[in-house]
Amino acid sequence: MGRETPKQQQQQQQQVSYTVEQLVAVNPYNPDILPDLENYVNEQVSSQTYSLDANLCLLRLYQFEPERMSTQIVARILVKALMAMPAPDFSLCLFLIPERVQMEEQFKTLIVLSHYLETGRFRQFWDEAAKSRHIVEAVPGFEQAIQTYAIHVLSLTYQKIPRPVLAEAINIEGLSLDKFLEHQAANSGWILEKGHGRGQLIILPRNEFNHPELKKSAADSVPLEHITRIFPILG
Amino acid sequence: MATNYDYEEAPANYDETHRQDLGYDPNFVPDSVKSFVGHLYRHIREKNVYEIHQMYEISFQTLSDRLFKDTPWPSVDAVAHYVDNDQVFCLLYREMWFRHLYARLSPTLKQRIDSWDNYCSLFQVVLHRVVNMQLPNQWLWDMVDEFVYQFQSFCQYRAKMKNKSEQEIALLRQYDQAWNVYGVLNYLQAFVEKSNIMQILEQEKEGLEQFTATDGYDYSGGSNVLKVLGYFSMVGLLRVHCLLGDYQTGLKCLLPIDISQQGVYTSVIGSHITTIYHYGFANLMLRRYVEAIREFNKILLYIYKTKQFHQKSPQYEQILKKNEQMYALLAICLSLCPQVKLVEETVNSQLREKYGEKMARMQRYDDEAFAIYDELFSYACPKFITPSAPSFEEPLVNYNQDAYRLQLKLFLYEVKQQQLLSGVRTFLKVYSTISLGKLANYMEVDEPTLRTILLTYKHKTHAVDSDGKIISNADVDFYIDDMIHVVESKPVKRYGDYFLRQVVKLEGVINDMDRIKLE
Repeated sequence: MGRETPKQQQQQQQQVSYTVEQLVAVNPYNPDILPDLENYVNEQVSSQTYSLDANLCLLRLYQFEPERMSTQIVARILVKALMAMPAPDFSLCLFLIPERVQMEEQFKTLIVLSHYLETGRFRQFWDEAAKSRHIVEAVPGFEQAIQTYAIHVLSLTYQKIPRPVLAEAINIEGLSLDKFLEHQAANSGWILEKGHGRGQLIILPRNEFNHPELKKSAADSVPLEHITRIFPILG
Repeated sequence: MATNYDYEEAPANYDETHRQDLGYDPNFVPDSVKSFVGHLYRHIREKNVYEIHQMYEISFQTLSDRLFKDTPWPSVDAVAHYVDNDQVFCLLYREMWFRHLYARLSPTLKQRIDSWDNYCSLFQVVLHRVVNMQLPNQWLWDMVDEFVYQFQSFCQYRAKMKNKSEQEIALLRQYDQAWNVYGVLNYLQAFVEKSNIMQILEQEKEGLEQFTATDGYDYSGGSNVLKVLGYFSMVGLLRVHCLLGDYQTGLKCLLPIDISQQGVYTSVIGSHITTIYHYGFANLMLRRYVEAIREFNKILLYIYKTKQFHQKSPQYEQILKKNEQMYALLAICLSLCPQVKLVEETVNSQLREKYGEKMARMQRYDDEAFAIYDELFSYACPKFITPSAPSFEEPLVNYNQDAYRLQLKLFLYEVKQQQLLSGVRTFLKVYSTISLGKLANYMEVDEPTLRTILLTYKHKTHAVDSDGKIISNADVDFYIDDMIHVVESKPVKRYGDYFLRQVVKLEGVINDMDRIKLE
């Protein structure tokens, strides 16, 4: 039996995920798909993909048959949900997990981490995450996802941000931070202003949230789809 | 914890013998009932929807009030004789029989199981046989609504294990398929699929199908039953998912129905209210407060204008109850997201009257505030359920409140996270620019803490909508360069939508008038 090439493996993986998504869409209330959904969680972790619908489907099945629940899988789902912030996926998952399970140590930690992120306490978040490496390092892409979220919230808030504030939020300092900033300046439209070290200011890209004048007057725009509804009437 | 969550049903302490003491003879069929079933049977065979509706809505109620105030209707075996022993009619009659029982009396476990069996039989017929009936939307809605209600009731009943008799436990073990969550969900799903309702609604948008325009009725000689049950099952699925705490999937199930328009869901007031109540609640839990406020506002205004027409209807009490609950939810939404300009004048004045004082206290975010959030949430929330079967081995406990407690706890947790936002809002309303240092001073926190508070404000007021886009919920907003600059947002009046609705409405009126044949 020959070894599959990576490309073949990837194609097979794509086939599997397609089938799982189909299952969730067409036959979600079916206890037999539980193992497929669990495998899919592991696949999301290893291939750095994400599917909220499939994970909610699994959490529901765990709700229907608590004896079959795997806390390890649930923990992975929650870490993935955390990585989806600012979407409220983490809360959506918690709504489906029984209280006594949420009292377990690893879940209490995850809830604390979520709390820090929800309330902009990035320094406390990174401190706590460092203490819980075993939980967060199990999921590749975690650090980058949280950094993306941090930058998202900062971009809603700041036109200009002092370097130390940014550094604390994304947990990068010194030379690494210099490199990071150069990369963002080259690719994402960041502008690095005067000063070195702590005095440096970073200008974030303009959007409608930190530059209100950019807000489109979406007030009275009516989507074309709605107008097509009255075409038969207009004749 | 508020105790007004306790389920309204009285414990089912009595059994068959007790009921017979009340002088109930299941085999006695009064003349008026013979007449009732005879006529109803004939109207169904003749597909006379108007007459069916009159009998279903009015006659059934009148007879129930007069003859069956606190006893069940005659058994189906006794009336079968007067309707040619027609299988389908008997299933429909039994469905009404059980519904009456649940409403006026307390079902025993055996009766709950029998009702489940009846639904299975009835649904199998509709799903797998060609059913040549046209039934009123009210009746079809009531079937789905009652099905979900009995499921919810069963889960609540089953979770109270403490005082169960040996006999009850034996029955529960034996009939573990009855009201099984998989069964309930799969029936609703089966209706949606077999009826092809999603494709029908899609094709209707392109003018290739007629469904909404005929209120779901089939004017080409066919049956409306499967299609309309499929349609209402989407609302049923939304409701079940809310009971389970899965708001995301619930909303997904409702997606094919466009709630910005009239539709079959508005043809029955019970369906209209249930849809919007659960839609609003799900959006509240998803932190999409503006969306929830908009929909609650619309439905509350609608109820205000139309409730007088439903005073005699059997649904009147339910309408009033849901009305009050939605005011409570609206009060919660507006306390978390003070966009009062989204609320119509009439609704606002009603809201002030009912919850004005409580809203003021909620926005203070002290201990008292949390107690009020708790109280309103507990009053207005759905009756959450634990869907899994109990373990019969452990010491028998009551766990019927577990699901509710979890949802409440997580909700209050979210409220707590938003605690400091109220303070920020007050200052932002007063200043157009202010330095971080000064604001930190006024709020009595250090600058790093202020920064986290401001980030929280931004994060909490900018929700992620169903398409993954960021939308701002903020009534007052800001941005920071060297200072904090405050931005006042203007209220959005949607004239476009209003005109579209009126155009469609007028067309509907003209069509109705055209249909009237003058003699």
